[in-house]
Amino acid sequence: MTKLVIDGVSRVFPAVHGGAPTRALEPTNLTVAANDFIAILGPSGCGKSTLLRIVAGLDRPTAGRVLLDRREVKGPGADRGMVFQSYTLFPWLSVAQNIAFGLRERGVPAAKQQAIVADFINRVGLKGFEKHWPKQLSGGMQQRTAIARALANNPEIMLLDEPFGALDTQTRALMQELLLGIWERDRKTVLFVTHDIEEAIFVASRVIVMTARPGRIKADVAIDLPHPRHYTLKTTPEFSALKARLTEEIRAEVVQAAGEH
Amino acid sequence: MPRPLEPVGRASRIALGIAFFVVFVAVWAVATLGGFVSKTFLADPLTMVADGWTLLTRFGFAYDIAVTVWRVVGGFVLAALVAVPVGILMGAYKPVEAFLEPFVSFARYLPASAFVPLLILWAGIGETQKLLVIFIGSVFQIVLMVAVSVGQTRRDLVEAAYTLGCGDRSVVSRVLIPSSAPDIAEILRLVLGWAWTYVIVAELIGSSSGIGHMIIDSQALLATGQMIFGIIVIGLIGLISDFLFKAGNRALFPWRMA
Repeated sequence: MTKLVIDGVSRVFPAVHGGAPTRALEPTNLTVAANDFIAILGPSGCGKSTLLRIVAGLDRPTAGRVLLDRREVKGPGADRGMVFQSYTLFPWLSVAQNIAFGLRERGVPAAKQQAIVADFINRVGLKGFEKHWPKQLSGGMQQRTAIARALANNPEIMLLDEPFGALDTQTRALMQELLLGIWERDRKTVLFVTHDIEEAIFVASRVIVMTARPGRIKADVAIDLPHPRHYTLKTTPEFSALKARLTEEIRAEVVQAAGEH
Repeated sequence: MPRPLEPVGRASRIALGIAFFVVFVAVWAVATLGGFVSKTFLADPLTMVADGWTLLTRFGFAYDIAVTVWRVVGGFVLAALVAVPVGILMGAYKPVEAFLEPFVSFARYLPASAFVPLLILWAGIGETQKLLVIFIGSVFQIVLMVAVSVGQTRRDLVEAAYTLGCGDRSVVSRVLIPSSAPDIAEILRLVLGWAWTYVIVAELIGSSSGIGHMIIDSQALLATGQMIFGIIVIGLIGLISDFLFKAGNRALFPWRMA
């Protein structure tokens, strides 16, 4: 079943100070099946975040349209949960209140809110931190809270914009496992933007490679590694083969992007 | 010598803070009691305390203090009630800002003290005039500073709220306002300090009560001890209100301190 359709979406940023307009995203088509975990992989500045923001409704496409469950996306909404690279927990709310933010907006009864929050606190391993302020949490814990906050809203699709980009390598690996574990249980449709090849292969069932500016889709690689995935998967020959292939795809783009400057 | 930016302990912070008051009074005492400055121009600390005691016990100065505090708080609360909502609207909605910002920026440079003669014409020399001086002096400052603070709300927090299902009004009430609330409290603390200067100016002209009135009366009698006592009382009240504001902010916004 098709969940999301990106139909000829492009984005041109207007010229600044007499310069040429920036073509951030060439007309792009992508169809995402329900319950799929898709990683969008590309060098920085390839328009992958722009694409995700357009799906989220936080940015408008210059041309084309985005359809979620066959309804056109007109603006941001609770049906598309988003996790940002920057830490976006509301600093004046506790961990529990942050997770309940969307539920409160919808007017979910307090008792039910509490039950949902408790469930997600457990799932992201934050038991005992319900009353903490975001400031008191490590980066990894903040992003776990942000994932719980988006999931608690029960969105149709999860949009993750380099959510682990600011974390150290070890924390990052743990977060990938956590995210994968949650997905293996719920199979919620996910669009995951990253520039980390290993991360993309490990979590996704399909990797979309994007070219350097102007961004467009260069390759669409199915990752047929079995679930549930364990971190030891990263050392298997199949994994290495995929990594080698994607590294080649990406390298050409990075070389080109670097040559432009 | 301490190193740059190295924090100082709580005990030594308090000791240092008190030490300067001691130095200040000591210099003052030496200058006046030592006969370096004429008594006509500057009373010594002992005379000041004695004069202050007389003021409080025989001339009902406590009533003047109460009147002045009432005027400041009254005018300031009125200004805040008008200015905070307007400032939030300006910060949140750019057309409102475009409409009001140029005028408010102009109006805030109009000195409140220059309005005193005009306000006496309009409102007489009663309480309304005193409140209006403080209101005019405070309202534009608060509007502008609140608007800036609300306008600086982190965009990523606003975007996060939208993706969690917030509409425009929810974004204002659940993101813009709570995120700038501590700044707004800090702005109010700052402007309250300025309101104190306006009230004294208002009381210097056409007033029959209040700290400013007492100071101008004492001038006619060359009672510098009383004048200084009045000024010190203003300083002390400022210190107390500042302390209360800070304590209130700590209680209201624990997430800022965490």
